[in-house]
Amino acid sequence: MERDGPTALERFLNGILPENPTYRQLLGMCPTLAVTGAMQPALTMVGATAFVLIASNVMTSLLRGLLKPHLRILVFTLTIATFVTIADRFLAAYMYSMSKQLGPYVPLIIVNCIIISRAEICASKQGVGVAVADGVGMSLGFGLGLASIATVREILGSGTWFGLRVLPTSWVGWGIMVLPPGAFVTLGMLIGAVEWASRVQPHTGIWRTARSLWSWRRLASSS
Amino acid sequence: MAETPKSPRRRPRGGYIGEAWLVILLAILYGGALAAVQTSLSGRIEQNKRDQTYDAIPQLVPGADKAKTQQRLVTGEDGKESLVYEAIGADGALKGWVIPASGQGFSDRIDLVIGVNASVSQITGLYVLEQKETPGLGDYIRSESFRDRFRGKPTDRPLVVVKSEPADPHEVRAISGATISSESVAAIVNQAIGNLKGPIGRLAAGGGAAAATR
Repeated sequence: MERDGPTALERFLNGILPENPTYRQLLGMCPTLAVTGAMQPALTMVGATAFVLIASNVMTSLLRGLLKPHLRILVFTLTIATFVTIADRFLAAYMYSMSKQLGPYVPLIIVNCIIISRAEICASKQGVGVAVADGVGMSLGFGLGLASIATVREILGSGTWFGLRVLPTSWVGWGIMVLPPGAFVTLGMLIGAVEWASRVQPHTGIWRTARSLWSWRRLASSS
Repeated sequence: MAETPKSPRRRPRGGYIGEAWLVILLAILYGGALAAVQTSLSGRIEQNKRDQTYDAIPQLVPGADKAKTQQRLVTGEDGKESLVYEAIGADGALKGWVIPASGQGFSDRIDLVIGVNASVSQITGLYVLEQKETPGLGDYIRSESFRDRFRGKPTDRPLVVVKSEPADPHEVRAISGATISSESVAAIVNQAIGNLKGPIGRLAAGGGAAAATR
């Protein structure tokens, strides 16, 4: 076992909310803005990124004893580029229309900073188990980030969610939400909301009530 | 690190190969893996690209059977060879032609396939293979309601895009908010039909003797 560094469970949980790639680390902004016009492309992007992230974490962790400090970034990039190309070819072979819809953003996973940062921060320093947990946690966090933005944009922009109509047909889609400005506006609003929620958390009634409910057993026993 | 300024080009301990062996080995391994992936998937990817055109053929030319449809090369009025599809029905009769065409749209190239009847006198269908028009505006060129506006149009004169209800059979109504995308599609259709109407007509009349059959 590794002597230092966070445990697998800590790595896994950190990726989901406390160090969420989208809202906390603000990494991987290019796909976050580009493919969140609807849920289907957003989740396909999450799936492809998760595959590359977990595979590159495993590979980097296995190679960590052989890495030379000045050549490590080169090894990370080679590894990531290989898995991205595999993901890209796989999408083109089995999900052709989605592959065309995502266009250049699948090859661009190579430059997604979430992946290289996890190789640098976690996988090149810790064992395979921790690296996998880290990759899965970060992928879930990235998925939450993209899904939240895509939900807002698809519902307001097209009145649908996953291509299924959720708002009445009388709803006129806000075209701007599907266009790039909608991505920036939604991302900014959601980052603001997450920031606000985490700051006011200890002081507001709603959060205190939620926390009380969470530990109602303890409260009941103490009173 | 204490670097000796007198010998900045000192060979690293173990030599360059000693430093870089991992990178070289990984490059070879990854290259092999990618070659294997490419070899096993490329056939399927190519098939996907072809299927996209073939799958559209029955809705482009009514009565056409995609299994019987054949590719033909015709020399257009511009002197260049173009690929067209001879749409043949299940009964073996010529139902029409499918013409791939492309041109500049509002933001990028638009790739279309156009269906015409056997005598190339009427458009029977239109399908958009590839486009990068503005989402929410220009990308409505993919919608059936827009593509249907081309169905049944005569090919004797170029089509004209109008912003109101068409008064003349040669007029096609634009998508509101996407006039340039609509005009681009009409221009691509006009160009392709103008270029290939004559040669395809001669090919149909001559029974295909002048064209190479694949």
